[in-house]
Amino acid sequence: MTATTAAPRRLDASGYFACFSGIVWREVLRFLHQRERFLAALVRPLVWLFIFAAGFRQVLGVSIIPPYQTYVLYEVFVTPGLVGMILLFNAMQSSLSMVYDRETGAMRTLLVSPFPRSFLLVSKLLGGVAVALLQVYAFLMIAYFWEIEPPLIGYLIVLPALVLSGLMLGSLALFMSSVIKQLENFAGVMNFVIFPMFFASSALYPLWRIKETSPLLHEICRANPFTHAVELIRFALYGQLELASLAMVLGFTAVFLAAATYAYNPSKGLLGWRGEPGRGGR
Amino acid sequence: MTRVAPESSEESVDALLVRGVSHRFGSIVALDNVTLAVPRGAFVVLLGPNGAGKSTLFALVTRLYDNVSGEIRILGHDVRRHPTAALQQLGVVFQSRSLDSDLSVLQNLTYHAALQGIGRRASHARAMEALAKVGLAERANDKVRGLSGGQARRVEIARALLHDPACLLLDEATVGLDVASRESALAIVRGLVKERGVGVLWATHLVDEVASDDHIVLLHKGRVRFSGPVPDLLGVAQAANLRGAFMRVTEDTRAEAA
Repeated sequence: MTATTAAPRRLDASGYFACFSGIVWREVLRFLHQRERFLAALVRPLVWLFIFAAGFRQVLGVSIIPPYQTYVLYEVFVTPGLVGMILLFNAMQSSLSMVYDRETGAMRTLLVSPFPRSFLLVSKLLGGVAVALLQVYAFLMIAYFWEIEPPLIGYLIVLPALVLSGLMLGSLALFMSSVIKQLENFAGVMNFVIFPMFFASSALYPLWRIKETSPLLHEICRANPFTHAVELIRFALYGQLELASLAMVLGFTAVFLAAATYAYNPSKGLLGWRGEPGRGGR
Repeated sequence: MTRVAPESSEESVDALLVRGVSHRFGSIVALDNVTLAVPRGAFVVLLGPNGAGKSTLFALVTRLYDNVSGEIRILGHDVRRHPTAALQQLGVVFQSRSLDSDLSVLQNLTYHAALQGIGRRASHARAMEALAKVGLAERANDKVRGLSGGQARRVEIARALLHDPACLLLDEATVGLDVASRESALAIVRGLVKERGVGVLWATHLVDEVASDDHIVLLHKGRVRFSGPVPDLLGVAQAANLRGAFMRVTEDTRAEAA
């Protein structure tokens, strides 16, 4: 057996760009091909906005709290929370598709790419975020005609906040996808992760109102990463930067991303000791 | 271990070299000191019953998880230490179907080309060339959902060739195919060995897919039980045909274990 080594092709910046854009394009293409998914993703927050928020308008008073300059309707208050909901559900949908891809084998085509695995996973996450952005802006456009009218510049300023929040939730979902062994277990995770994250946050009610009811729940909400994502989006939508939320979202993103990368690392991760890829026939 | 003579002598480095690789899942030994080589321009059959360790070996070669013992080299590049260089030289057809059925054939191929760092324009040309190779150029814009099992497999073979790999792995590539589709897939891959000098490792549990002059590596319960040309196996096992030899070698092992 010989010891000589053939020279490899160089993977330069254009190669990285081709890989990144290919992954993002595939995610967007898949989403556009699944019209039902697009409709479902849009209908969910709209039902909350048109029905739930309308019902709660008289029940739940919102005092003047930053970033709002005046009293706002409940629909206005809840809109950033519903944007967060889109990001949260989209992240979990991406995670679900990764579990499915792993079961069917499609995940392997991604993981055997010669590019660094962390780069592939971040590209995959950003592909999911791109899909979420399409949904968010479609939702905000419809909400505009429902008198949810943030300043126009807010639509632009909120973009980095959306990307960062999407990355944070996507990283969490990616880590979860490595832990979930079978597709059937995913429904349970939805109940234990999505709903507590959404309800124990500032998405539907301001934190000071929660504090009035239960100081313990208030602390839980403050520790919830989703709360900080919603607040980051809320302030950005009105052209302001909430530094504390930004720091928290950045921190949680780093932790979740590190955990997901670790889980998918072939030498250290969670797939190897479970014998994941060989399940079909060892 | 017997070496296979490469059909092309231009390249001296093995397309794939696996040396002394063992792997466990908890207390279960999936691979035990496995050694095999696939020279460039050679077709090697990895023959073994279900559960022999073929898929585990493929998972290690493709670095879905790392080998903790022994070494795996693709065209001389250590998979663990230089995964980028190694995986660039590898094309894989997995046991389970991995095409995206919602996308077209061409979209699936250009996506895979992107994963190899090939730009959009070049990937389109390469995809059409690879599809022509497997006789499916006219189906480029059809959704994968509309393809038969045999056609989907041929698309996966085309996909594995897009980046001109030196080594091609096929894990039970004909599972679920009818006889004609199986023969077609096998003929395409054998043709690639001659035309492109690709080193092929063809994993199967079907003795029908082994030609009388093939080099086989017989894997059973995680260990290589035999490695060499088919006639040598018939001699060692004192069997009249490959099926008999296969049964005898694996039966002997069962007896050893008992």
